[in-house]
Amino acid sequence: MTKEELLSKLKTIIEPYVQNEDGLANLSEETNFIEDLEINSANLVDVILDVEDEFNIEIDNDGMDKMLTVKASIEVIQDKLAAK
Amino acid sequence: MTSEQIIEKLPYQSPFLFVDELSKVHEDGIEGYYTLKKDEYFYKGHFKEHPVTPGVILTEIMAQIGVVCLGIYLFKETISEDAMGVAMSSNTIDFYKPVFPGEKVFVVSKKDYFRFNKLKCTVQMFNAERKLVAKGSISGMMKPVSL
Repeated sequence: MTKEELLSKLKTIIEPYVQNEDGLANLSEETNFIEDLEINSANLVDVILDVEDEFNIEIDNDGMDKMLTVKASIEVIQDKLAAK
Repeated sequence: MTSEQIIEKLPYQSPFLFVDELSKVHEDGIEGYYTLKKDEYFYKGHFKEHPVTPGVILTEIMAQIGVVCLGIYLFKETISEDAMGVAMSSNTIDFYKPVFPGEKVFVVSKKDYFRFNKLKCTVQMFNAERKLVAKGSISGMMKPVSL
């Protein structure tokens, strides 16, 4: 899976939980889920659970703690996919 | 962990403690009761001359028994000296029957998932005749906090 495909899938997953539409329109690797997209902590858990289902991977507590930005999330997902 | 130990860990007190007794608790669910007092503070205003338990209070009873008490049980290994920090994050509840002052309600909750401190449950409430009063989904974030 290319990084672009991964980013596109991630964007689809986070979209329903985003409260700041401008943040979504300007989505970049630096985008922070909580600060830029105003996703709350409960919905951040939903993002992680949806990521697990979409990519058929399991995210542990360390992974969850890292996944605060688009860039970090892609890295965690890529690591988990590589370890499969 | 006994019913009394769980209730003791609840972060609520009168007039906003809505758990009398837990009749069953395990890793996947919980059941418990609350009897609405005839003089609960909200009956004075809901409604004028016609007291009916507000939906938000029924939701709160379902959340306290179905989500917070279950969460305390699930955290039993780590909660020893700590208090439980809780925040309801979402709920979708449908209501079927009114609950009047003095009625006893029974709550049955099934865990959907408990991941990363988020507990999501499917919760039902029944009245003394075992008729469905309300049902739906409640989620909350839970974390033991040092006092």
